[in-house]
Amino acid sequence: MPVMLEISGLRVAVDGKEILRGLDLSIDAGEVHAVMGPNGSGKSTLANVIAGRDGYEVLAGSVRYRGQDLLAQSPEERARGGVFLGFQYPVEIPGLSTAVFLRAAVNARRAHRGEEPLDAMDFLGLVKGRMKELGIREDFLQRAINEGFSGGEKKRAEIFQMALLEPQLVLLDEIDSGLDIDALRVVSDGINRLRAPDRAMLLVTHYRRLLDYVPPDRIHVLSEGQIVRSGGPELAGELEQSGYGWLRAEAASA
Amino acid sequence: MNTTTDIGHFLERDYSAGFVSNIDADTLPPGLSEDVIRVISAKKGEPQFMLDWRLEAYRHWLKMTPPTWAHVHYPPVDFQDVVYYSAPKSNADGPKSLDEVDPELLATFEKLGIPLHERAALAGVAAEAGPGVAVDAVFDSVSVGTTFKKKLAEHGVIFCSFSEAVQDHPELVKEYLGSVVPSADNFYAALNAAVFTDGSFVYIPPGVRCPMELSTYFRINAAKTGQFERTLIVADVGSHVSYLEGCTAPMRDENQLHAAVVELVALDDAQIKYSTVQNWYPGDAQGRGGIYNFVTKRGDCRGRNAKISWTQVETGSAITWKYPSCVLTGDGSVGEFYSVALTNNFQQADTGTKMIHVGRNTRSTIISKGISAGRGSNAYRGLVKVLRGAQGARNYTQCDSLLIGSRCGAHTFPYIEVQEPTATVEHEATTSKIGEDQLFYCRQRGIGEEEAVSMIVNGFCKEVFKELPMEFAVEVQRLLGVSLEGSVG
Repeated sequence: MPVMLEISGLRVAVDGKEILRGLDLSIDAGEVHAVMGPNGSGKSTLANVIAGRDGYEVLAGSVRYRGQDLLAQSPEERARGGVFLGFQYPVEIPGLSTAVFLRAAVNARRAHRGEEPLDAMDFLGLVKGRMKELGIREDFLQRAINEGFSGGEKKRAEIFQMALLEPQLVLLDEIDSGLDIDALRVVSDGINRLRAPDRAMLLVTHYRRLLDYVPPDRIHVLSEGQIVRSGGPELAGELEQSGYGWLRAEAASA
Repeated sequence: MNTTTDIGHFLERDYSAGFVSNIDADTLPPGLSEDVIRVISAKKGEPQFMLDWRLEAYRHWLKMTPPTWAHVHYPPVDFQDVVYYSAPKSNADGPKSLDEVDPELLATFEKLGIPLHERAALAGVAAEAGPGVAVDAVFDSVSVGTTFKKKLAEHGVIFCSFSEAVQDHPELVKEYLGSVVPSADNFYAALNAAVFTDGSFVYIPPGVRCPMELSTYFRINAAKTGQFERTLIVADVGSHVSYLEGCTAPMRDENQLHAAVVELVALDDAQIKYSTVQNWYPGDAQGRGGIYNFVTKRGDCRGRNAKISWTQVETGSAITWKYPSCVLTGDGSVGEFYSVALTNNFQQADTGTKMIHVGRNTRSTIISKGISAGRGSNAYRGLVKVLRGAQGARNYTQCDSLLIGSRCGAHTFPYIEVQEPTATVEHEATTSKIGEDQLFYCRQRGIGEEEAVSMIVNGFCKEVFKELPMEFAVEVQRLLGVSLEGSVG
């Protein structure tokens, strides 16, 4: 199984403060990993650095995606190469229609893969089926991006975009936050449907609940910028029992 | 709306109209006096009534002071330090045919992409859409060449330079000149009336739909030359005309004053559509140089069911100060204003419209889109005035602001004065911002930053863009892309 993501000795600062303090992580194609940890542990930082957001200073270490140096690429290059970030708080972009935006995104990805761009008709055909699967309403395409969407709708829309863009490395930043049980089910089904042997996923989350619906192959616990524990799916249960504090104590005494 | 696919190419381009023609200009020394006005009038061989009109305007002007109420800042203009006449030399007094036109002049128009050759224009434009565009090209202060004269003449349409109109159709000029913007209207209108050297004149006879779009390009060349153009368009009973105005100007260091006046008159059941794409030099990235665009544009819906629409895309000028307006005199008349105004770097704009409802059952629509980027400052100033007796008057105003980055400003000054109880006035306003978050969202979906800004802006402006004649559609997208260079961060 080829390695999709390889992070080595990653140290990252935000506003001069070191958040990730030497992180190592490796995900193979076909795998789903989860990163859990308390607030401030650096979970979102990790997702954002991989996606290439401004404001994160890499002090040391490397991030390799399919063998390439990811940190050397612009955010759009990473995206076109198959990196997808499901945002924790998807922004609204008034005035920009979802249809226009999505078609541009799909075609950017297709161009990278040497495929012909889709015209409006083909794009609509591609889109309609997927919309139904995720229970996304009809007027979605005409609206401006995320405009007037509830939290649940925004998260479903993120998964919908993921389905359209066919990424190979998926980063979901607290996709479960703000979702009720039904929304969580729909979102989880969507994620599970997109598991594939040539796709790797990294789920960033606080709570085990998501991991009951989307069982991971590995769980890593992040605390104060470092992975203090890695294990199989049963680790989620242990954490729920004992909380993050126990792990920090363990790590401190090690 | 299609996204701009080669925006990167456009962004690489320097301000493309930034070159100076090497033409021997017949230029007066700077300064303004009655003598200068007499010289201008004499050079143009004007009849006495024109000279009288100019002098009266000049005397008004002397008693006025420059207005300062706009939300713009600039060093005071020294009106005695401005050249009021600059004409390119040619062998005859005026070119009788294109063969007589200074070849460098024609080359200038080539560079600007203005088709002076009828056949080329016909072939090129007809291949895309529509019956073609007739061009009246103005170089500095003198009109050069007019195409399509024959075709228009068949329909009785008069489309010529203002100077020619004064010679060939003095009775029309006398009847309508100053009837919409009188000399004493404001400081810059008075100045324009005194020293204007040329512009366009259009007359559409009764019942005629002008068979083609009419177009004029402007260019300011010699240093410190004020551009004082005067345009008069008269649409007689039941006639229709669509007029396009597109401007370019070269890079200069000194500020250049542009104080034009445009008067539109629409009689019963007539329609005038006036579209502008304004691309005057906006000043460099530090805000130096750039054109001052202080313009008075007004349309009088003089007849019943007359309709006047203003559509503008303003991306240039250091300072834009204009309010294309409509006076809805005739019963059932309609006034429309669609505008996109963009300010980047240190540009300033105070622009909007005035809709004055006088007759009964009149209707006005205002859609204003202001885009501020860099340190640009954009103010919308609109007046909706409904006089007593303007029964059933209806207005709908929508003014939206888009801020790009966090160092720019947008302001709105809506004035609503309603003296008629049966009037309906609606006003909506929104403000939104393109910030790092929105751009990163687009980039994370594989869409580059310039393309993202362009898509967002085009979406924001689409209600206005769809009012523009097709000829401008591509130029406008290109213009926005170039104008927004370096606007984020």
